[in-house]
Amino acid sequence: MKQLECENLTLGYGSQVVLTDLSFEVNEGDYLCIVGENGSGKTTLMKTVLGLTKPLDGSIRYGEGLSARDIGWLPQQTDVQRDFPASVQEIVISGTLGRGGFRPFYSKADKALAESAMARMNITGLKKRCYRELSGGQQQRVLLARALCATRKILLLDEPVAGLDPKVTADMYELIDSLNKDDGVTVIMISHDVDKALQYASHILHIGSELFFGTRDEYRIYEADKAKGGDGR
Amino acid sequence: MSELFTTLGSYLERPFVVNALIVGVLIALCSSLLGVTLVLKRYSFIGDGLSHVAFGAMAVAAVVGLTNDMPLVLGITVVCAVLLLRVGKNAKIKGDAAIAMISVGALAIGYLLMNIFGTGSSNLSGDVCSTLFGSTSILTLSTFDVWMCVILSVIVVLFFVLFYNKIFSVTFDESFAQATGQRAGLYNLLIAIVIAVIIVVAMQLVGSLLISALVIFPALSAMRVFKSFKSVTVCAAIVSVVCALIGLLTSILAGTPVGSTIVAVDIVVFIIFSVIGKLTGGKA
Repeated sequence: MKQLECENLTLGYGSQVVLTDLSFEVNEGDYLCIVGENGSGKTTLMKTVLGLTKPLDGSIRYGEGLSARDIGWLPQQTDVQRDFPASVQEIVISGTLGRGGFRPFYSKADKALAESAMARMNITGLKKRCYRELSGGQQQRVLLARALCATRKILLLDEPVAGLDPKVTADMYELIDSLNKDDGVTVIMISHDVDKALQYASHILHIGSELFFGTRDEYRIYEADKAKGGDGR
Repeated sequence: MSELFTTLGSYLERPFVVNALIVGVLIALCSSLLGVTLVLKRYSFIGDGLSHVAFGAMAVAAVVGLTNDMPLVLGITVVCAVLLLRVGKNAKIKGDAAIAMISVGALAIGYLLMNIFGTGSSNLSGDVCSTLFGSTSILTLSTFDVWMCVILSVIVVLFFVLFYNKIFSVTFDESFAQATGQRAGLYNLLIAIVIAVIIVVAMQLVGSLLISALVIFPALSAMRVFKSFKSVTVCAAIVSVVCALIGLLTSILAGTPVGSTIVAVDIVVFIIFSVIGKLTGGKA
């Protein structure tokens, strides 16, 4: 089932155009990796998909019964969060707020959802701990659990392994992969690491001076061709 | 010692002292509640900026000759708060610079206006000084002032309790809140309005220069020791109320200026909490 379809997008802020003529689609259960150089517009694309900024041109269509709200988001950490006094539980359960409307307090269902998200991320033991005292990998799990509280349909991850050590990075990739394969969550991930992207992703979107969208195998052929073409010239 | 309590007892029998205590405690409570959010959002100085705006607005009101300047002062301050907190994100002049600009600008204009159009008041610098550092006006509150303060405080506390989870969410991660369909813009707007209201009310107590202290010290003290948002908030409220009470009683007994005394108590408590935080291994 098609969950997200972007057609001829032009992205930017103000009068500054970052990307033009971008088209791609995401189907249920896909694992899409967005790669590209710094400044190529990865973050702008993500904010547009989330509905935080409007595209300058083109259209974004969400699948049946879906909206921008059904996309769970793992943002990059901000400075504010690094020394924020909050317990793990408080942060995870705040992911349920989007569906609550103006209800002032959390319901039993919200609490149960938070519990199950923490269990899935293996952080139930950290429930009462202070967020700023956790390791980088643990903090990412907390934010991932919060995203799972918001939705279990699509997850959008912005450089989820930035600043993590190799062992924790590998664990994180495994965890995301298992969310995709075992729980059927559609994953859209922004990454610097093309090798890892090729290892896990089903589709690749390369943005920058050249645009590419296709499956992982098509991307391998495309890269190989490019390398050959480069040698020939 | 018993003499001290006798003096205190005789003071507490007077209604103006009781009024001052009620208003002082309520203002301390309200300002500390949103202090946690402001400190975490890196808006510690907004209290300072907005109170100077309120000072400028008071000068305008005095020049125009309004007898009841509350509505005008409140209106101008709310508008500035909304501008600073909401538009601030996309504006060309960012957070701290915008606050500094509005703060000193309003202060200068206010003083200038009072100077040029000084309405026969013989003691201009005295007037200005009492507006900036808090006057004894908290000891001369009318029943109307007290009721108004009580009503506004109830509104602020209700707002805070009902929106507590949302305030947490937009403070911790505004973009995430917005992306998952929470009305972050609306909550920020409400927070801005409530802050403006608190500041206008609090000016009576400590004056416009010391409001920041009332907003940020309890929050900072609580953050030294406690580690969850809820415990920090509750602790900040308690610290603030206790400090205000001690400060008020001290100033009544020792005849010191009310605002400065309260802030001095806040500073002492902050130092004590910092030491406790270090000893218990809490990360400062």
